[in-house]
Amino acid sequence: MATPVSPIPLLKDELDIVIPTIRNLDFLEMWRPFFQPYHLIIVQDGDPSKVIKVPEGFDYELYNRNDINRILGPKASCISFKDSACRCFGFMVSKKKYIYTIDDDCFVAKEPSGKDINALEQHIKNLLTPSTPFFFNTLYDPYQAGADFVRGYPFSLREGVPTAVSHGLWLNIPDYDAPTQLVKPRERNTRYVDAVMTIPKGTLFPMCGMNLGFNRELIGPAMYFGLMGDGQPIGRYDDMWAGWCTKVICDHLGLGVKTGLPYIWHSKASNPFVNLKKEYKGIYWQEEIIPFFQTTTLPKECTTVQKCYIELSKHVKAKLGKVDEYFIKLADAMVTWIEAWDELNPSGGKAAELANGASK
Amino acid sequence: MRTPPSLLSLTIEKAVLNLSHFSDLSPLPDHILLDLFLRTIKAGKLNEKVLKLFMATGKDEVLILIQTLNIKHILTPVLPTKDIKDSDIDIVIGALQPDLTSFLNEWRPVFSRFHLIIVKDPDLKEQLNIPEGFDHHVYTKPDIEKAVGASSTILFSGYSCRYFGYLVSKKKYIISIDDDCLPARDNEGNLVDPVAQHITNLTTPATPFFFNTLYDPFRDGADFVRGYPFSLRSGVTCALSCGLWLNLADYDAPTQALKPQQRNSQYVDLVMTVPARALLPVSGINIAFEREMVGPALFPALRLAREGKLRWETIEDIWSGMCAKVICDHLGLGVKTGLPYVWRSDKGDPIESLKKEWQGVKLMEEVVPFFQSVRLPRTATTTEDCVAEMAKSVRERLGSVDPVFNHAADAMLQWVKLWKSVGSVSSTPGDEGVGSSDEDYSGGESEAPECSRTPPVDRELKDKLFRKYGGYISTLKHEFSKKKKKGTLPKEARQILFDWWSVHNKWPYPTV
Repeated sequence: MATPVSPIPLLKDELDIVIPTIRNLDFLEMWRPFFQPYHLIIVQDGDPSKVIKVPEGFDYELYNRNDINRILGPKASCISFKDSACRCFGFMVSKKKYIYTIDDDCFVAKEPSGKDINALEQHIKNLLTPSTPFFFNTLYDPYQAGADFVRGYPFSLREGVPTAVSHGLWLNIPDYDAPTQLVKPRERNTRYVDAVMTIPKGTLFPMCGMNLGFNRELIGPAMYFGLMGDGQPIGRYDDMWAGWCTKVICDHLGLGVKTGLPYIWHSKASNPFVNLKKEYKGIYWQEEIIPFFQTTTLPKECTTVQKCYIELSKHVKAKLGKVDEYFIKLADAMVTWIEAWDELNPSGGKAAELANGASK
Repeated sequence: MRTPPSLLSLTIEKAVLNLSHFSDLSPLPDHILLDLFLRTIKAGKLNEKVLKLFMATGKDEVLILIQTLNIKHILTPVLPTKDIKDSDIDIVIGALQPDLTSFLNEWRPVFSRFHLIIVKDPDLKEQLNIPEGFDHHVYTKPDIEKAVGASSTILFSGYSCRYFGYLVSKKKYIISIDDDCLPARDNEGNLVDPVAQHITNLTTPATPFFFNTLYDPFRDGADFVRGYPFSLRSGVTCALSCGLWLNLADYDAPTQALKPQQRNSQYVDLVMTVPARALLPVSGINIAFEREMVGPALFPALRLAREGKLRWETIEDIWSGMCAKVICDHLGLGVKTGLPYVWRSDKGDPIESLKKEWQGVKLMEEVVPFFQSVRLPRTATTTEDCVAEMAKSVRERLGSVDPVFNHAADAMLQWVKLWKSVGSVSSTPGDEGVGSSDEDYSGGESEAPECSRTPPVDRELKDKLFRKYGGYISTLKHEFSKKKKKGTLPKEARQILFDWWSVHNKWPYPTV
């Protein structure tokens, strides 16, 4: 039977919070009651000479562009500049088992009862309970309190698989693309949907990096946010790219991806015209990218995330390279990323091998 | 000289205009409350929210006045009413219990607009008891035998009796709810209209090829999120809508036995498309579908050896639902799940059921790999063809695993035959080729539903109020007839409107 984890452990020595920023970190004040026990990794995008003030009392490390260049050397080319995609550098340098990443315009949301939502606690709950990608449960996540597997759900599938990703949602400003923002500038997400669910195997989804948790040991190397921003033809597809690669690899390795709770309050609506410029090419390319990911298969020999990722990069170069040169560059950057990851995480490969057999 | 209005009357007039801003009327003195109520009616400002405000005061006079004036709660449907007519819908109820009085009375605000097909479980001996005020047809064992032959009648015993209703319906949409389910309430306490929600689900596109993280993008206040491919945003037709259950969720016997106190109290405000190629257990407890597209794929085929009269002693809906999902995936049709909820009554003892063999649970283990890998040929382009192909695959790959699958395959083919013969007979409304057996139920078809229950009334107070305010209602009528109309309506038109008012002045609002 489904038994939820209780009480929820803090995991304060096993989880890093990664925050990309170019502005300031004032938003952390609101999160203080929930974030203070944790170590923060701040990745400063944009002008490295600017000083980002971190509120007192937080334990953190901060990296700007100079640090990234210094640490990675020539491999720094795979980390985006002037785009929040640079956050994946934080994933790479972390030494912890779990990562939670959040944008600096995301605040604490409230449940319908008025209670503040501890987003981190919910992500941890999601990550520590199994996923069920092989059969859809109509009462959603059976491991949440008050829910269970419904009649007809095969018993042999009730153990579930380890959860690699916990994808949270947003109240207030929804994560719409530029065309939708232009058509519906006033629409706000006010619907609190009290559910977490596993995204079925074989189904792709648009992964948003604003409120995201993952098990770094299980899937970290797949969380590469691509080449975006300065000098690149595309923006606002960093998390999408990471999400599609991650989902294909999770499906291959038998890992789960959950979506739903927790909600955060997204306060800032970005400029839709600026967004349109960034997304423009992506909107067309995505029509080729989606069938590509839907039909890509990885061979049995790919038993680690790194091997899967390298294999994926070959497919990207071969098939998407025809769509635009950008993908050839991206495929190379994907390889560079894995090389950099392995350099900074020499024992990472071992942990990833366990992915197939690990039950938690 | 006209008497200037009093401060009180001015205040009340102002209040009428601003009623929507009030949250509580109980501090008002009784006489002012009543005055306010009547003026609200006169001003045409009595909507559901305002009515609730008055009722929440709990003042007897107000409640009795509401009753006397025959004011009823209106359920505002979410129906896209322009395209879907009530006559496009059949509500099919499988009667496993003889007395449907309280069941139908609870559902009256929702069901009374629609035609009901009530199919009595052929194994049920007692006569059905059906309250007045519903447009309905009842089918019993003799009707079933007449339509499909005595040998096929076994197909429709127990929970499977409702499939006969699917077979004989002539409507575009079917909604089916178990006879132990009642209307649920959402998080705001409003009564849930599952018919309206199912129809909304079925008449908005489904999106099975890519997951939308804000769930159904066609709901109000939602949309496709960033990263959702534009070419997939038109979606596909939704052919099947699977609803959920509060209180007694649809668990199997082992689960319910292990957690005897567990009840589902979580109302999750969610509708979503089940992705293509994802399998799910489709529960028959609260379901709706487009009859022509999916009807042939919902069949009574997998009958357990010791199938019982409790849901957790059956598996027929799970089996047919999985077939239906594979077929929908193959034909490019969508399946949605989530809202609406129904409230499912406590029933049965799971421990008792556990003492029977767990055949259903064991069988599910065998079928999952089959459903995950079954592929239908491209040549199967209709639902009937798909079912026939599925039956073939079932026999080939599962027939040797357990004889029950061979029977299921036979039943599936039998169903397709029946669907083609009985199911596609076009008939004029009221055709009694398969008809209702009069002696089996009390109450017949009638017009507008009457108030079903009359709570105890303080007769003296009612008379007092009637004496005091009865004249006011006819004054309203008189005032309306006196009012100078600025428009240029012809005299005949005005007469028609006046005649209408004469008939409806007691409750001049559209009713369910």
